[in-house]
Amino acid sequence: MFRPDHFTAVLLFALFASVVFGITQRDTPRRMVRFGIYCFVLFAGSAIVLSWLMFLIAR
Amino acid sequence: MRYSQKGMATTPNKLTAAQKETRQGFVYLPLIAGWLVPGAGHFVLGKWVRGTLLAVSIISMFALGIAMQGKIYSGAHDILEMLGLVGDLGNGLLYVVARVLGLGADQVMVTTADYGRAFIVVAGLLNVIAAVDAHNIRTGRKA
Repeated sequence: MFRPDHFTAVLLFALFASVVFGITQRDTPRRMVRFGIYCFVLFAGSAIVLSWLMFLIAR
Repeated sequence: MRYSQKGMATTPNKLTAAQKETRQGFVYLPLIAGWLVPGAGHFVLGKWVRGTLLAVSIISMFALGIAMQGKIYSGAHDILEMLGLVGDLGNGLLYVVARVLGLGADQVMVTTADYGRAFIVVAGLLNVIAAVDAHNIRTGRKA
């Protein structure tokens, strides 16, 4: 059984979803790569920001 | 801006022989093939790199979901289960294989199983997006 921690699961989710979004939402390879990276940063970045917000609220 | 190129003299001349070859036949084949097998819709159209990346991403996501003991929805008893089942069905034959082999868990028992359930559902939804993308390439809406 695979038991990743929460952040690893977020990174895996962001990686696979970003690859699919990049390929399907843009026309040229260059724009696909750029949009994929953009999606990955937004996925991972928003998870980190929300995690810190929840941490600070819970204190 | 999108516009119809139907009737324009230059459009047919721009198509290569390979593209003309793929434009013939059943128009919904990439859509159905892409839904049944992740990436197959792009393979049918000769988009090997895109198809491989899509297949690896979606199959990996599904496999990780199964490895995390994620729940495979088998019935729709309430609205949330119905939505989960729709997402799972997006995986096409992967869902059928998982059901036949009894993979996944019946109930979410641990935290990672909940991650796994989300991975499986989202893999199905991403597969639907990929299949529609293959259909758009087939119909000429996308390059």
